[in-house]
Amino acid sequence: MRNISIQRSSRINRTIAYLFVTTFFVLSLLVGVSIGTLHIPISSILDVFSHALFQTELSEKTEPMMMNIVLDIRLPRVLLAGLVGASLALAGAAFQGLLQNPLADPYTLGISSGASLGAVFVLFFGIRLPIFGFMTLPLISILTGFLTILSVIIFSRFVERSMKMETIILTGIIMSSFLGSIISLMIALTGEELRQIINWLLGSVSMRGWEYISLFLPFFIVGTLMLLLQGNELNALSFGEEKAHYLGVDVRRKKLSILIAASILTGAAVAVSGTIGFVGLVIPHLNRLIWGPDHRDLLPLSLIFGAGFLILADLVARTIISPTELPIGVITALIGAPIFAFILVRQRIERRG
Amino acid sequence: MLKVENVSAGYQDVSIIENISFQVKEGELFGILGPNGSGKTTLLKVISGVIPRSEGTIILDNKPLSSYSPKRLAQKVAVLPQMTTHAFDYTVKETVSLGRYPFQKGLFKQWTNQDEEIVQEIMKQTSISHLANKSLHEISGGEKQRVFLAQALAQQPKLLLLDEPTNHLDISHQKNLLDTLKWWSKSCGLTVVSIFHDLNLASLYCDRILLLSNGKVKALDQPNHVVEEEVIKQVYEATIKKQPHPELPRPQVMLSPSEQKEEFLIRKEDINVTKEMISLSTNVPLKTLSSAVIGAGFGWYKTFVNRHVSKDYHCDDVEKEMTQFLIDHQFHPKETVGMMTAAKLEDVAIEEIKEDKLSIVVVVTAGVSNAVDASKSYAHELHFHAGTINTWIFINGSLTDEAYIQAIMTATEAKTKAMHDEKIMDKVTKTIATGTSTDSILVAATQHGENIPYAGTITKLGKMIAKGVYECTIEAIQTYKKRWDIHD
Repeated sequence: MRNISIQRSSRINRTIAYLFVTTFFVLSLLVGVSIGTLHIPISSILDVFSHALFQTELSEKTEPMMMNIVLDIRLPRVLLAGLVGASLALAGAAFQGLLQNPLADPYTLGISSGASLGAVFVLFFGIRLPIFGFMTLPLISILTGFLTILSVIIFSRFVERSMKMETIILTGIIMSSFLGSIISLMIALTGEELRQIINWLLGSVSMRGWEYISLFLPFFIVGTLMLLLQGNELNALSFGEEKAHYLGVDVRRKKLSILIAASILTGAAVAVSGTIGFVGLVIPHLNRLIWGPDHRDLLPLSLIFGAGFLILADLVARTIISPTELPIGVITALIGAPIFAFILVRQRIERRG
Repeated sequence: MLKVENVSAGYQDVSIIENISFQVKEGELFGILGPNGSGKTTLLKVISGVIPRSEGTIILDNKPLSSYSPKRLAQKVAVLPQMTTHAFDYTVKETVSLGRYPFQKGLFKQWTNQDEEIVQEIMKQTSISHLANKSLHEISGGEKQRVFLAQALAQQPKLLLLDEPTNHLDISHQKNLLDTLKWWSKSCGLTVVSIFHDLNLASLYCDRILLLSNGKVKALDQPNHVVEEEVIKQVYEATIKKQPHPELPRPQVMLSPSEQKEEFLIRKEDINVTKEMISLSTNVPLKTLSSAVIGAGFGWYKTFVNRHVSKDYHCDDVEKEMTQFLIDHQFHPKETVGMMTAAKLEDVAIEEIKEDKLSIVVVVTAGVSNAVDASKSYAHELHFHAGTINTWIFINGSLTDEAYIQAIMTATEAKTKAMHDEKIMDKVTKTIATGTSTDSILVAATQHGENIPYAGTITKLGKMIAKGVYECTIEAIQTYKKRWDIHD
């Protein structure tokens, strides 16, 4: 009897968890669209959504201008923030599990440095490819991010055939600092592009539009699907590669696919929004503290929570000293760190008591 | 079940294990022993498929190891490493459930009722059900190892491989874990192959032991044949003493630290005689074999007491009374051999005998009022008198167990001859007595100096004991006779 009630309660816990993060996400989305220089009531937002999706008539209260603001400015921005937050949180959760280290984040293996280098390169030389126009930067950035993770994998395979996680981490760190120093070199040599480069590096989702979302979406879908199906494998791998092998996990294959999927998400996120820190480290950690470390739930919960969190962070970044916008990376840490500290302390006290 | 044939493996060009062959039957508890760096772990990892082998074949359940997919292999073989790291705070239940991974099929890996039942059952059998919702950080090292054992068992393996599973556990958890393994192998037919660090644990639990030395098989047999002083000395380069387990037909080994023993001799003058007791105290414990009231059997003791009691001494709990006596006289009961006699202690006969470097001290007190002829002792009724011959033999030498026993035989024969020569009569049978009904003996040796393998009557030590005991017994009896004015 006791066992059954425990099972049931854990099932209820799971339901509560999903309900909570989903509500959090939906509220963040609505609030994110609603608040800005022009306040748009939530009823109008829902009105616009239903008009856009189901061609219903707009009510009288909703002004046509609102529709433009919602659909062309606010929504793409909020959605992009959500997608980036979701990707970073998911990739972070996967990296932490794979590297068996709660301190790992999506940037540990140098993908972000690779993607940043591409972006900084484009800004530094003012490159603009003929067909892609202003999409040149994210495209080059994704490409360099991907090249980086490939070279990390190839290099660690060259060092050691079995590609132990420690080797991959070390290779990633080497790559990361090497590419980072090239970026610093460019910053040191640059003149008028300095501000642009720094702004990009600090991260932002402003003025991106639907094009960025459509560029990002395929990577997001592929990476997310690949990762969400690996919950069990990540559980096994977080006990060490050897243990995972004993449990029947095809370690080499699964490791590579998790690594590639998480890198796709990270690279694409950095390409469209710059290096937004903290989300990938703390959101998975936070979710693990609240809901437990089981990756089958941790991955989707982090994904949804991360989306909501970055939408809120972006909202704060653009409204707090409006009309000036703060870099979103600053805000993520400013909001996230105290919340995280609070939860950490509460958990430790509970455990002691 | 498992057949390993001519297997070699190693890293790069260095082979760690060479040409290893053995077979393990179903339900067997098979131990792998060997010093550090002998290739035990490598061998285990080769069997579990983590390290590739360079030569040889491994047949698992009639199929070559290489024909198994990772999941199939995990359904057959589970591994419990020395320690499993865990970066995250999983609950016990989640951890055990992971053992069902190889059985979960499909894209979404549905958790079935059967999975749930198996996990619950195994948690019950490994007695961790009460921990199910605790997190791994909250439980002790011993409990953790049980949880990972449960995880391995949840794989429902035919073969369980363990790498020093008890390494970090205290003895109660060690016993607990190994008892569980033994139970699984005997009652469920689980084949267990385990690396052991501890020779004694391996001897206690294993059906057979494979002893590795420098990556090669040194011995493969039942514990009693593998754990031999000579073999272990060669392989481990450590001196050990092998002894049987006190309760089981299993060998156990004792390590002897190579410390410098303190040199000292027992002299005649060291024996301290008062009216109340004869005693000897030494700085260093002596290895003693005795039939005394306190400290009987084999043991190491520092003080030796022969206490005078009155002829009508009677006590229900002699041991307790004697212990109290020792405590009252500042002797430590755990470090003391205590005898008693009604004989006058002033009549003691003490003799020191020397030959070359070997010397012994013999101490005899004799009272022969209830002398008995052993060959006709059936004529006696069972009641104890206090008339007793107590014989102490201290030897400044190092004796084997055989020598101790032979020393007692020799001393007894010498005493009997003394009784004969003094014509001490058994009052009941009217024949010459062989001793008294409550005689006690003690042989104690310093265990350093000359090595003495035997102490039969015509060995060097035997001759000394025979002479000393005979002469002392004669002297003590004569004094006794004089005191009580007995004439032949």
